[in-house]
Amino acid sequence: MAPVLRSETGAFLSRFGGFSSTRKICYNEGMIYFDNVSKVYPDKTVALEGVTFTVERAEFISIVGHSGAGKTTLLKLLLGEEKATGGIVSFESVDIQKVKSHHMPELRRRIGAVFQDFRLIPNKTAFENVAFAMEAAGKTDEQIASDVPHVLELVDLTAKMWSFPRQLSGGELQRVAIARAIVNHPDLIIADEPTGNLDPINTYEIIQILKKINDLGTTVILTTHNKGVVESLGRRVVTMEKGKIIRDDPTGTYSL
Amino acid sequence: MIWVTTRRIIKAGFINFWRNGSVSLSAVFVMVVALFMIGSTLLLTAFLGTALKELEDKIDINIYLTANASEENIAALREKLTAQSEVKSVTYVSRDEALANFRARHENDSRIIQALDEIGGNPLTGVLNVKAKEPSQYEGIAKFLQGKSALSTDTLSIVGKVNYNDNKVAIERLTRLIGGVQKLGSIITAIMIGISVLITFNTIRLAIFIAREEIGVMRLVGGNNRYIRGPFVVEGIIYGLAAGTLTVIMFYPITYWLKSATQGFYGGVDLLHYFVANFVQIFFILMLSGATLGAVSSYLAVRKYLSI
Repeated sequence: MAPVLRSETGAFLSRFGGFSSTRKICYNEGMIYFDNVSKVYPDKTVALEGVTFTVERAEFISIVGHSGAGKTTLLKLLLGEEKATGGIVSFESVDIQKVKSHHMPELRRRIGAVFQDFRLIPNKTAFENVAFAMEAAGKTDEQIASDVPHVLELVDLTAKMWSFPRQLSGGELQRVAIARAIVNHPDLIIADEPTGNLDPINTYEIIQILKKINDLGTTVILTTHNKGVVESLGRRVVTMEKGKIIRDDPTGTYSL
Repeated sequence: MIWVTTRRIIKAGFINFWRNGSVSLSAVFVMVVALFMIGSTLLLTAFLGTALKELEDKIDINIYLTANASEENIAALREKLTAQSEVKSVTYVSRDEALANFRARHENDSRIIQALDEIGGNPLTGVLNVKAKEPSQYEGIAKFLQGKSALSTDTLSIVGKVNYNDNKVAIERLTRLIGGVQKLGSIITAIMIGISVLITFNTIRLAIFIAREEIGVMRLVGGNNRYIRGPFVVEGIIYGLAAGTLTVIMFYPITYWLKSATQGFYGGVDLLHYFVANFVQIFFILMLSGATLGAVSSYLAVRKYLSI
């Protein structure tokens, strides 16, 4: 169920939240499966070992753990940035390991990714960075002209629409990155320590935006170090250590 | 959709070129050096080619006719010679013409003219000037003139002297020289083109190395390879076209400056004149090689970072 939103930005959000929430009502099945997944990097570092878990549709799941626990590797497998050395990673019944390189873009357009280091394109303005994701997905100029200002308004960046990344603060950069991640109405948002480089106020704002997106039915996977963030969310928490899942609490707290 | 994508790719290429100002500028300058090498090789080859052609043109053999040769026999010999496949042209210089030429050539040399006047009459003989298509064919023509079977004794009797044997060594040397210079020219051309390809490729590779993370981000955001690569290829083409234009502009003053130096050269060809006369061709060759080099280098350089 899409909650009632007052603002115009809400109208946009409910637009892309709309179909996801219908699905949420119809099924309550797993969206992402990790089945006995292991990953050993070429330098023999074991990043993941026998990881098995399921993410339900419209869930907000936090993955916590020390640096090097395998959180980022887990997300890289989902984005197809790395291939697992064993096991199966599936997203919406698609085995990601088997997706051919030239079909990868289609998969990635259904997943919005947000990174600790923002990963914006330095030579493009905030508007163009968001527009790039839409262009890549083959959207028309009219759609781009109407949707990009909307998402930027949603993350409160209308005033900085034509600024280049070098002219923006950390919090602003991350909000551009989130706008880029959600502009194609993805089924899943992956946020890899999105607040790692941010101060507490910006951290709070970013988490609020992610929560709002999740409330509208989009699945969110968040990795974080931040105890405060996890506890304020009060959602499912998966704790990792040395490449293994050691705890999986439905309304977890941060305990390491 | 293809049109929209193409338009976006071209636009992004121009925007990237403009926004990466300093990188673009250095890439263009390095490409100017590369294209300049291709261009100067082109001009050098043309210069050598014309010089050699003129040298080649200077080679001929003269058949000095006996003083009493009848016009019919001369015409018959000329016809027979012209019919030979190796022969390019046969010009006939009659006794009177030969004398007039001689006088004209020595008009400032009073002693020779005096001597000529003293002799009285015309001491010169008619000459058939034979030019072959290739320098190496002169020997064949000389043999033909000796071969009695092909020519009737009547015709042969008017041949006083053939100067092939006198010039044989010089002709052979020239033939060898021309062949050697042409071979050297093509080797230099190949080396120059190879070097400029390497320079351009490596420069563009460095320019794209700077953007490697950007390419990774574009992949992660869901851009397909064609759409990511497109703007870089367009940028490479712009490098090439900009560098080509600059190079063509640079060649004008350079050929102007070289004009005097090359004109004095044996069989001199006016480089400036050559450049202006072949401007369109040179312009297109430079532009086309610049654009191709830029596009292919970008295409290959981006490929490396598309593996994510």
